[in-house]
Amino acid sequence: METLFQKIQSGALWDFHGGIHPPTRKSQTSQKPIAVMPVPERLYIPLRQHTGVAGQLLVQEGQRVLKGQALTASDNAMTVPVHAATSGTVIAITEHTSAHPSSLPEPAIILEPDGLDEWRPREPMSLTTADNHAILERIQDSGIAGLGGAGFPTHLKIGKYQEIKYLIINAAECEPYITADDLLMQEEATTIVKGIDILCKLLNPQIVLIGLENDKPVASAAMKAACSQRQNYHIREVPVKYPSGGQKQLIKLLTGQEVPSGRRSTDIGIVMLNIGTVFAIAQAVLDDHPLISRVVTVTGDTLSQPQNVLALIGTPVSTLLSYCGFQPERRQRVIMGGPMMGFTLPDLSVPVVKITNCILAPTHKELPAAREETDCIRCSACADACPATLLPQQLLWYSKAQDTDKLKEYNLFDCIECGACAYVCPSEIPLVQYYRVAKADIREQQRDALKAEQTKARFDARNQRLEQEKQERLRRNQELAAARQKAQQDTGASNAVADALARIKARQQQTEPAGDQNREHIIAEREKQKQQARAYQQRKTVTGQQTAEAGTPATQSETAVPAENAQQAAIAAAIARAKAKKAQTKSAPTEDIAAETPAAAVTTANETTTDDPRKAAIAAAIARAKAKQAQQSTEAKEAPPAATVTTTNEAATDDPRKAAIAAAVARAKARKQTNSESS
Amino acid sequence: MSFKIASSPHNHNQKSTSQLMLLVAAACIPGILIQAVFFGYGVLVQLVLAVITAWFTEALILILREKRILPRLKDNSALVTAVLLAVSIPPYAPWWIIVLGTAFAIIIVKQLYGGLGNNPFNPAMAAYIMLLVSFPVQMTQWLPALPQQAAELTPADAACAVFTGYSCSGYSMTQLQSTPDGITMATPLDTLRMDLSAGLTASESLQKPIFNNISGHGWFWVNLAYLLGGLLLLQQKVISWRIPLAITGTLFILSLLSWLSSPDTNGSPLFHLFAGATMLGAFFIATDPVSASTTDKGRIYYGILIGILVYSIRKYGGYPDAFAFAVVLANMTVPLIDYYTKPRAYGHTSRRRKQ
Repeated sequence: METLFQKIQSGALWDFHGGIHPPTRKSQTSQKPIAVMPVPERLYIPLRQHTGVAGQLLVQEGQRVLKGQALTASDNAMTVPVHAATSGTVIAITEHTSAHPSSLPEPAIILEPDGLDEWRPREPMSLTTADNHAILERIQDSGIAGLGGAGFPTHLKIGKYQEIKYLIINAAECEPYITADDLLMQEEATTIVKGIDILCKLLNPQIVLIGLENDKPVASAAMKAACSQRQNYHIREVPVKYPSGGQKQLIKLLTGQEVPSGRRSTDIGIVMLNIGTVFAIAQAVLDDHPLISRVVTVTGDTLSQPQNVLALIGTPVSTLLSYCGFQPERRQRVIMGGPMMGFTLPDLSVPVVKITNCILAPTHKELPAAREETDCIRCSACADACPATLLPQQLLWYSKAQDTDKLKEYNLFDCIECGACAYVCPSEIPLVQYYRVAKADIREQQRDALKAEQTKARFDARNQRLEQEKQERLRRNQELAAARQKAQQDTGASNAVADALARIKARQQQTEPAGDQNREHIIAEREKQKQQARAYQQRKTVTGQQTAEAGTPATQSETAVPAENAQQAAIAAAIARAKAKKAQTKSAPTEDIAAETPAAAVTTANETTTDDPRKAAIAAAIARAKAKQAQQSTEAKEAPPAATVTTTNEAATDDPRKAAIAAAVARAKARKQTNSESS
Repeated sequence: MSFKIASSPHNHNQKSTSQLMLLVAAACIPGILIQAVFFGYGVLVQLVLAVITAWFTEALILILREKRILPRLKDNSALVTAVLLAVSIPPYAPWWIIVLGTAFAIIIVKQLYGGLGNNPFNPAMAAYIMLLVSFPVQMTQWLPALPQQAAELTPADAACAVFTGYSCSGYSMTQLQSTPDGITMATPLDTLRMDLSAGLTASESLQKPIFNNISGHGWFWVNLAYLLGGLLLLQQKVISWRIPLAITGTLFILSLLSWLSSPDTNGSPLFHLFAGATMLGAFFIATDPVSASTTDKGRIYYGILIGILVYSIRKYGGYPDAFAFAVVLANMTVPLIDYYTKPRAYGHTSRRRKQ
């Protein structure tokens, strides 16, 4: 029994599910040599042409740059630079229509070539002396990102992190029309093999498989000749079937293995690179020729000379098309990429970028525009064509229903958007478009969910922090109060208010427990008074006017005294309570309450309108505000404006009440600021 | 200059839904012609009535649903429904049978569920069941095949019979159904079933003049013609081989087993394959993409289920043929079948393990 590796070595091929056979129409361009285009009048070089982030700009408007000079820096791992494709002047750095399905403008450097084509100094490397790290750095600095279409920074892919068993070079080029890789192999096979040598040095794979569709006999022969000295480089011709050039599909075709869903090919020991990328690596390492040009297939029946062109990165599509004899029709479609996965361009100023492999300008007859979408009849032609073995008819149903769970269950995210389903659909449903929208929706939902989660966590943390601060303040206040009381006791200085409070308390304690007795006492008193009154009446009737006049005031004063005393006591108690309250407010700073409810603080200030304590309270408030401000200004460099301090001071001299309000407002503001900064 | 913006892919193979539907209808032509030859021109009259009714009712409902009419009429799905129902009913059934049936199929079974692609049941078969249950007499008025027909029927006779119940020369339906000997004929399937229940052996029953040596006079050739049409659909990749093969295979195996175990009380496998609606059902009716299973494995299960149901109903049921019931019952199981027969997607280990 052969092992899988032996099978692969002996040239076994596998098959993947589905796939389609659209007319290839490659012969229009595959027989002609690669044309070298004259340098265009303007180059539009987008700052970001790969998957990742753009590097820092290194040039300014008006600056002269040399051919091959880096225009952006490779300042982090996810970044590859872009380079000047020829020498000239940077005339503007501005937004320009992007080479992306959205056509949204993105920053680009507009370069005016000076026609000298003057190179920067170049430092070719020798494969025998250079170490792997230096080679990787060179690959990154040369701006190499997957030329097959993904634009993933190549140095990340080939920096060896895992054991690599198979290195697969993808030259399948399964999209109809495109022959750029075919021509590259026909003309540059030896350089490509040198590129593979570099990759082998970096990755040390057990076997190298070069996969191409069997409709490229010339390229295949050229590659075989170039590889003849290498024992473990194998050319594998796979049957023509779209999308055999998809990474997952080619891996299945050549190794019989599948990349687990949601994982990378390196997880099963496979690295795959496009053949154009390999050529770019060879150029970068051996010639110090960064990625400033690429082969682009310019084709379609509206062109009088469809051909492959070596185009500088940044060349506008219009220049490219007119070079090939473009005669547009009415409502012309111009597609960047192939007919299966390419996107239409809104205008022709879009530049060629690193991942542009084809410009297709078909006639209406050649590629008729899609007809109107009709109802899905569930014929499952799409499922038969799907190279990922999905059920597109079910995915359509659930994407129309926006049923996220079902979409995930039916593996929407394993869809590679190859377009095979939409190609075969008899109802001409733009299935891929539905899936793109559904995917974007789900991604947005996930982003929103994540955001909500983060917000909730932040909110909880804030609540916790506020609660903690409150507790801390409470504790501090208690400590301060206790300390002050102790200090008072130690000094023996008796506070009039405190004394009054003590007196009242004492009295209350005295009277309250004897409530019932007191009432009885009052009743008894009343009885006594009544009896006295009766006695007096009797006496009045018995004695006469004179004796009565002399006796009355005495009895009156006798009975009125206790009542008057009680009333006075009550008033005194009320005052004492108010004072006590004031004292409390004064001694225990109320900044927490005041800060959280400024309005309440103002009303309290209004209520306590006795002169001295008020002033004291205001003074305290101002002091607190100042202290807080001072604290905040040390905490945050952008301190609350000094104006607030002065206003509070001014207000304090003017009107105490206003001052209190101002202080409260200031506190509130300060707090808001700290909050916004901390969050 | 304005450029056209479109979503990928930008090319498309040119086989459209309406072409597919038209091909299905066209593949019925050999069967229809053989039917007309053996059972009279009634089938053509029914066909015309069915197609007119289908288009009319479809347009009517589309107007009510405020949809665009022409694109949907052009998809030819109503045409296919009409054709399948017209060839399923007895050729001399009264005109209102086919009109009612077609209207029911289009309005109730198809459009009320949301139109093409949304109907859970095969419209033609659901309508056939409605008619068979509601009008059993008219729906079993099959004429004997040509050699046994009492009177020669012209196309005009066919039209008269369908519209008035009498042929232009004045024969009533009962007379038309009789052989020259004056015996009213049932279909071969019915005859065999009744004879077997009456105690005759299968070989005794098959001696009757209605049978040729395989199934029934005329019926054998009609089935052969539909088989031919079905093979054409397979060759054109309009239908997948799975459903027809699963149905005919299941039917063959079941009938073979029972025939081998008891040849006296069972029809032969050939009899079952070439009697009644077997080939029409296996290649044209069960393969209706909308109401059939859509996964590869599911289609096998779906076909096997129909085969089992057809055989069971033919052998144990009370109706002469079973395809309509079998197909509609199997339609009900389709969502379940589809759910459990999801193929393993690329890069996934097993479709079950995820749960």
